[in-house]
Amino acid sequence: MSHKHPVTTPRKSATFDDYTLSEIRRAAATGIYDIRGSGAKRKVPHFDDLLFLGASMSRYPLEGYREKCETAVTLGTRFAKKPIELKIPITIAGMSFGSLSGPAKEALGRGATLAGTSTTTGDGGMTEEERGHSQTLVYQYLPSRYGMNPRDLKRADAIEIVIGQGAKPGGGGMLLGQKISDRVAHMRNLPKGIDQRSACRHPDWTGPDDLEIKIQELREITDWEKPIFIKVGGARPYYDVALAVKAGADVVVLDGMQGGTAATQEVFIEHVGQPTLACIRPAVKALQDMGMHRKVQLIVSGGIRNGADVAKALALGADAVSIGTAALVAIGDNDPKWEEDYNALGTTAGAYDDWHEGRDPAGITTQDADLMKRVDPIAAGRRLANYLKVMTLEAQTIARACGKNHVHNLEPEDLCALNIEAAAMAGVPLAGTSWIPGQGGF
Amino acid sequence: MPVFDLATTELRDLNASLHALDKEGGNEEFEVTNPRGAHAVAVGIDAPVDVHIKGSVGYYCAGMNETAHITVHGNAGPGVAENMMSGKVVIKGDASQYAGATAHGGLLVIEGNASSRCGISMKGIDIVVKGNIGHMSAFMAQSGNLVVLGDAGDALGDSLYEARLFVRGTVKSLGADCIKKDMRPEHIEILAKLLSDAGITDVKPDEFTRYGSARQLYNFNIDNADAY
Repeated sequence: MSHKHPVTTPRKSATFDDYTLSEIRRAAATGIYDIRGSGAKRKVPHFDDLLFLGASMSRYPLEGYREKCETAVTLGTRFAKKPIELKIPITIAGMSFGSLSGPAKEALGRGATLAGTSTTTGDGGMTEEERGHSQTLVYQYLPSRYGMNPRDLKRADAIEIVIGQGAKPGGGGMLLGQKISDRVAHMRNLPKGIDQRSACRHPDWTGPDDLEIKIQELREITDWEKPIFIKVGGARPYYDVALAVKAGADVVVLDGMQGGTAATQEVFIEHVGQPTLACIRPAVKALQDMGMHRKVQLIVSGGIRNGADVAKALALGADAVSIGTAALVAIGDNDPKWEEDYNALGTTAGAYDDWHEGRDPAGITTQDADLMKRVDPIAAGRRLANYLKVMTLEAQTIARACGKNHVHNLEPEDLCALNIEAAAMAGVPLAGTSWIPGQGGF
Repeated sequence: MPVFDLATTELRDLNASLHALDKEGGNEEFEVTNPRGAHAVAVGIDAPVDVHIKGSVGYYCAGMNETAHITVHGNAGPGVAENMMSGKVVIKGDASQYAGATAHGGLLVIEGNASSRCGISMKGIDIVVKGNIGHMSAFMAQSGNLVVLGDAGDALGDSLYEARLFVRGTVKSLGADCIKKDMRPEHIEILAKLLSDAGITDVKPDEFTRYGSARQLYNFNIDNADAY
């Protein structure tokens, strides 16, 4: 067309958007899929699509700053002789030493302890700085069993059997060689510098019937003292939770697709698993159908960012929530103060997710001795504690506004949804209507 | 000698008694009768003690053992001596799947056969099997030694790391990245000691073939994608 005629504005395809085009070019150039850390980045129905109704004529609220709104939660009341008592219903999710630096793990332990909650080990075993600085430490029991030993099992406060995680239900992991320092290699009984595969299935049991026996063994080894958690990714939450309860779990941890990972394929993160919001009601229904709601505690994770998210997860029936990505941000991950360094890596603060490469400017997802010095465990722990406090205050604010003297008293009736998708997933009415779409089975 | 008859005593009482033993030693020998396939028998012991189990056990017998010597006078179910750290476990009969899974140390002797996935993900344990072992044995085995006097099934040592595998009989097939290797003097020495520790005197180290990792899959390379 001649330039003399009016021209249309150049239009990019919604299907072949800039990101998609760049990925095609990257794949064509390298011949390997994209690996990254973090959770699903696509937009999915989430807690932002829910609103609390608040108190009015038919409900009366509680006075902020005056009337008490409890936040304590006890985990492991079903079988464990020593359930864990937390001051707040927000825990720190499992993240491995190896994936994270020693100072970062220490900061998570310090922050959790200051806030009166638990933190969790990860693939790769328990470190001294983590045990030493964590009042309540949950020990993950993973398929790889890297660093797994009975001494650490016995000095843990709870055991979390990891079946899967929201970022990659059905997937194992890979810690690439560049992050395998002498210390990481020693803890995992493998040579330095080689890629370490974390298996996707446990080596010594296959299904829920075997798992029941595995749990019996773990309880016998630890003299029935420790709460046993089972962590599942958001795949088939109704059945997964029902089977976890049948297998003998004290606590079920349910991680939706926004939950982060240290590293896996982008295609896995974005295309396998369900959004956190879609997982909670089926999970709670399973517990209710078995008469186990509030007897087996449910911890929900995957995209929890603030006190409103906490309150909404609890209102839908969770007993507690867990944070991973948000905790990393609180201790300094993706901080704009390292923008120049992020730019040098071809990214920008807020988007950095090549955690597997071990070059994290913030010193968190690295084993580089110089970079990890950028995390001051004491100051970072303080920031995490502050953040946990803010989340708790926010959740209490909402609970009081709904007339609840414990955050656990929040209920689905306190909520409405902004769109049909969220209404169906959360099982609450579409705002302005009494319509709950999607009733009639999961 | 304390005798626990599992027909009349709770498993919990047995394991609690074993956990209360003196870690420094001087413990009396334990005898367990009528195990009748019970799971988690003699698990989590961390004291030097001899435990004799008179009969067959279910899953995870001797799980996470440290320093104890446990003998099963019968067969063992899945996951015997899983994640063992040290000590010695002897199975007089056969063992089911995942024998010695993920174990970090100690010696596991299976006088009969072992089933599939023997030594899966082993992290330093020594395993001696007088009979045959099943498929996928030593899958992702990291370190330690697996000695088999009989034959090995399919996919031996798939995705192997640094564990050494010694097989006297035939190997049905090797798994990804597992190859036959030369027996050097140091391997003969290691094997001779393991056979001796297992009380085997009628078999010579030079009757075995050594298998180990080709180390081709240690760092991800897209050109190896067909190997998986």
